[in-house]
Amino acid sequence: MRVPVAPVLRHVVLMTAAALVLLPFAWMVATSLKPPGEIFADHIRWWPDRFYGVENYTAAFTKAPLGRFLLNGAIVTVSIFVIQVLVALPASYALAKLRFLGRDALFAAVLLCLLIPPHAVAVPVFLMLHSVGLLNSYAALVVPWTISVFGIFLMRQFFMTVPDDLVDAARMDGISEFGIVWRVMLPTAVPALTAFGIFSVVAHWNDYFWPLIVINDQALFTPPLGVAHFRNEDAGTDFGPLMAAATLIIAPLIAGFLLAQRRFIEGISLTGMK
Amino acid sequence: MPEPTLALRGAFLARPVLPKAFVQSTTAWTLAAPAVVLMALMLVGPTLAVVALAFTDYQLGAQSLEWIGLGNFRDLANDRTFWKSLSNTLLYAAIVVPGSVTLGLGAALLIESGTSLRAFYRAVFFIPVMSTLIAMAIAWEFMLHPGFGLVNLALKSFGIAGPNWLRTEGLALYVLAVIGIWQQFGFNMVLFLAGLVSIPRLLYEAAAMDGASSAWERFRLVTWPMLGPVTLFVVVISAIRAFQVFDTVAVLTKGGPNKSTEVLLYSMYAEGFEFFRSGYASAITVVFLLLVLAVTVIKARVMEKRVHYA
Repeated sequence: MRVPVAPVLRHVVLMTAAALVLLPFAWMVATSLKPPGEIFADHIRWWPDRFYGVENYTAAFTKAPLGRFLLNGAIVTVSIFVIQVLVALPASYALAKLRFLGRDALFAAVLLCLLIPPHAVAVPVFLMLHSVGLLNSYAALVVPWTISVFGIFLMRQFFMTVPDDLVDAARMDGISEFGIVWRVMLPTAVPALTAFGIFSVVAHWNDYFWPLIVINDQALFTPPLGVAHFRNEDAGTDFGPLMAAATLIIAPLIAGFLLAQRRFIEGISLTGMK
Repeated sequence: MPEPTLALRGAFLARPVLPKAFVQSTTAWTLAAPAVVLMALMLVGPTLAVVALAFTDYQLGAQSLEWIGLGNFRDLANDRTFWKSLSNTLLYAAIVVPGSVTLGLGAALLIESGTSLRAFYRAVFFIPVMSTLIAMAIAWEFMLHPGFGLVNLALKSFGIAGPNWLRTEGLALYVLAVIGIWQQFGFNMVLFLAGLVSIPRLLYEAAAMDGASSAWERFRLVTWPMLGPVTLFVVVISAIRAFQVFDTVAVLTKGGPNKSTEVLLYSMYAEGFEFFRSGYASAITVVFLLLVLAVTVIKARVMEKRVHYA
């Protein structure tokens, strides 16, 4: 029998790579459990002599309103996703299942809008929000993202695969077109919507560029703004609570990922099609 | 399109005042109305506006604006920071794209070459992709801390004095590129894994019959050519993402030291939202837009091809 060199080598290489990839996470969590004296030690130590996790994680919530930041993150990402669906689903249904004058032009416009990178419209959208006095509000964080042409495109492609018979049967039952969107099409679209939802929530939970531009008021900070602000305030002296805050901000996404790996990978890979 | 649809469309074109079609048109536009309004307001309008603003001297709060033609672009051409910013962006992409594509392909091939722990490796390499980059940038910063960071402590145990990674000109941009690769290669791995799965087993058997016995031969004759379209696609996506580098720069270096990590989006942010020179920021945006659009057009072509292959 041959010694299985290749499989062993495969694990050696992949395990080393995995360890390197996880190193920043491990160092972050390790630091969040250390007292200041051990953080500023002159040799590597992974586990603290004196466990200081409780103090650091408490400090993260009391020195900065971290709870508020996390709540803001949840409010903003959920609002964006819900409104995106409310706006996109009827439009996708019309594009996929109705015949109307200008349909091809509308779909062409959707495809063209897919090409616009989000950063490109920042200056005019900012000026617009400024002129209507909406800067520094939840609306400023949510409204510009309520239109997802990507969502429209994705759901339209999905609805194309739904048999026309289903729609016709619903019409025979006397359901209005509006009713068809929400009572017939929405239930069929749950898998596609889940993938889109993960994509949308992860993108906006992690976004730093846009909140940085439109928000000044600390009470409205999203998690990335909050942790960046926390870091600037303490100017590199309070690493324990800072690493605790960073850990807590990533935790919800990691938890979701570990619970539904396949769906997460599916959802985020959608960006590839964008 | 199936035949009946085409036939119906023909009939529809011949008799445009068909009552049922009219009813459907009204319903359809009503359903699409919120999307149409928001598309005009948040995407089409602002894109046209940013191009128009690039030819003006508008500053936030100014009462009026002047049409200055190519003035902003002339200023850009004479602005050393802008050239630095553009060349840094391209250099960053020139490191991150090959780095993250090669590592992504390597990881995918290694994972696919065996059966055990596939899901585990895939999950680990994917974690950086979805982790909040701002939080991880701060974790990286502490890992690279000149005195108490993991990297320099490790180097010290070998008797090497590590540099101040993020404050050294000529080093900082490369460090940011490493963070960029770390964050991005797992995403590319997922796309390559999908590509690998779709290669028919038969091709490998055929290659083996033709005498391709080594792993390298199989890769050269089957895997690599079959992955061609996917690879091109991954390269283009990685490039677009690399052009959009902002978070790590904004938090870790603010474009320094001495403009050595100044990149396009950071320049645009500083001009537009710190100095409020909206016209000038729009001109930078136009350059950024052209860069991304050029690559996007290539991607669109590639995607068309992929559809034909399938």
